[in-house]
Amino acid sequence: MDKPLVDIQHLTFRRGDRVIYDDMSMQFQRGKVTAIMGPSGIGKTTLLRLIGGQLKPDSGQILFEGADIPTLSRQDLYQARKKMSMLFQSGALFTEMSVFDNVAFPIREHTRLPEAIIRTMVLMKLEAVGLRGARDLMPAELSGGMARRAALARAIALDPQLIMYDEPFAGQDPISMGVIVRLIRSLNDALGLTSIVVSHDVAEVMSIADYVYVVAERRVIGHGSPEQLRQHESPLVQQFLQGQADGPVPFHFKAADYATELMELSR
Amino acid sequence: MLNQIQQLGANTLGTLQGLGRATLMLFGALWGRPRPLKNWHLYLKQIYVVGVLSLLIILVSGLFIGMVLALQGYTVLAKFGAEQMLGPLVALSLLRELGPVVTALLFAGRAGSALTAEIGLMKATEQLSSMEMMAVDPLRRVIAPRFWAGVISMPLLALIFNAVGILGGHLVGVDWLGVDAGGYWSAMQANVDFQQDVVNGVIKSIVFAFVVTVIALHKGFDAVPTSEGISQATTQTVVTASLAVLGFDFVLTAVMFGG
Amino acid sequence: MTSRKLELLVGFFVALAIAALLLLALKVANTGVAGSDQSYQLLAKFENIGGLKARSPVKVGGVVVGRVASIQLDPESFQPVVTLDINSSYSNFPETSSLAILTSGLLGEQYIGLQPGFVDENVEILKNGDYIEDTKSAIVLEELIGQFLFNRGNQ
Repeated sequence: MDKPLVDIQHLTFRRGDRVIYDDMSMQFQRGKVTAIMGPSGIGKTTLLRLIGGQLKPDSGQILFEGADIPTLSRQDLYQARKKMSMLFQSGALFTEMSVFDNVAFPIREHTRLPEAIIRTMVLMKLEAVGLRGARDLMPAELSGGMARRAALARAIALDPQLIMYDEPFAGQDPISMGVIVRLIRSLNDALGLTSIVVSHDVAEVMSIADYVYVVAERRVIGHGSPEQLRQHESPLVQQFLQGQADGPVPFHFKAADYATELMELSR
Repeated sequence: MLNQIQQLGANTLGTLQGLGRATLMLFGALWGRPRPLKNWHLYLKQIYVVGVLSLLIILVSGLFIGMVLALQGYTVLAKFGAEQMLGPLVALSLLRELGPVVTALLFAGRAGSALTAEIGLMKATEQLSSMEMMAVDPLRRVIAPRFWAGVISMPLLALIFNAVGILGGHLVGVDWLGVDAGGYWSAMQANVDFQQDVVNGVIKSIVFAFVVTVIALHKGFDAVPTSEGISQATTQTVVTASLAVLGFDFVLTAVMFGG
Repeated sequence: MTSRKLELLVGFFVALAIAALLLLALKVANTGVAGSDQSYQLLAKFENIGGLKARSPVKVGGVVVGRVASIQLDPESFQPVVTLDINSSYSNFPETSSLAILTSGLLGEQYIGLQPGFVDENVEILKNGDYIEDTKSAIVLEELIGQFLFNRGNQ
């Protein structure tokens, strides 16, 4: 196996006093769809922002093509970011521009191509996500699923090497969910992308991912291909995969003893 | 007692941190090679948004303030038989004080709050973040054009406000109350100095433009990305910017006309 | 919004602002007697300048020919020395001219009235830095009233 595109080594990240990640390591292989799963609120989005250099870790390395993202100068970081792109949960389309202009935005910002070529490129990207007919709509006129697909077209506008999906399935109806699942897989294979999918939708992730990391309690609790994970012996992994309400991750938020607290009130 | 002192300390530290972040934001937006040629259309768009769209409120307010000044001034001046001083009264009040200050206050309410809300919303909907991930610096792409548009537009608005106000004063003083038209203009000319009054007024409004625009952009950029946070930031923009304008006005007046 | 419409509106906005500036500069403000190259200075000593201020006008028969540049106190004679900026286009006042501090109206501002004197061969024309000797001080209302009462007492 050749060197991974993104290599996270001994990452520690704190937010205030709260430790989000403690000495965590992960590898993302080129050309594969790697998924990061875990319960809500463990900072999966934070991980993507760390890879994108928007946040700096307290210690550890985040290597992108061998360059350590947190130590890069501003200029080098911006160069590295041109090779990656991120699909935000909300889509994050620019509300004051049409779909066409949104997709054209990164091309216009980073190249000096003539408008005719930009038009061709944009139409190709829109065709890939099936929104060529919606190019003149404003983002406000799109449904949630369409907005996410438009944002995906924008994310692949400059043919990046790495694309990061932040909760791509959250809040989607089954049809748009199916569309996005298919798009992630087909774009990954057709364009030779490396994909990182952050999600807690077990079924969808297991169906498209080549490799899965399950993150909980500040560290990786299990990783492997979907088949390997299903056989995983950790009860935590099993609870998450099967969606049991109670287990190693308790149903109750950390609290004082129930009986004692009730008695306090009556006193 | 100790709690209040602690509160005071916390507020002071918070204010200083805010100032620091605002300075960093401005520095990030303006530092380095500006590219207004490539993005000139962005600048134009923002001048339209903050300048042209504020024009109506400025025209109407200027006209009415000029008319009220003439009406109030006339009743007082008439007691001393000094109606011919109506022109200088209207012109000097507008040029030195009301023009820059009222324009800045209206601008804070009209354009400043809109800037804050827009940028806060861009932040809340991750537009700024996604721009950053596309290797486009939101400080340069979003903040800088809005900053320059504000700093350019407000002095222009203040000039228009002054001119309209003086015409409004003419309307009431000359056309309605019967002050001699020649006297209105000539007394004005005899008492208004271009350097001392017009230029100083413009300098004032450039300072106010800077203050209001930076406050509005900073409050938006620093807003808590929730609907509550944005509404708070918008209110804060109007309150802080208005108070800052009045504070700076006192200092500038003392420096320009006080000595 | 099309690009053309946007440009038009912004252009209109800027044009309006320029028009406002022109109105303020030409119609409202007094651009005054410009720099020293277009004016020359005369000096005059007065007994009492009353309410005269810097930038008060200097008029000949009601026509403004210059402005008061500065007012200082002579350290020896303790008399106010007034420096006048006179427009260079009025450069032929004889040295026999006289100055008086006058008031426009009962409560109006004070100005300097310049009364050109006679001209003959012995009389020179005033040049930059010359003193006008013949000056009449401002009328101070209190002195006037005092004089009036004194005169009544004598009668």
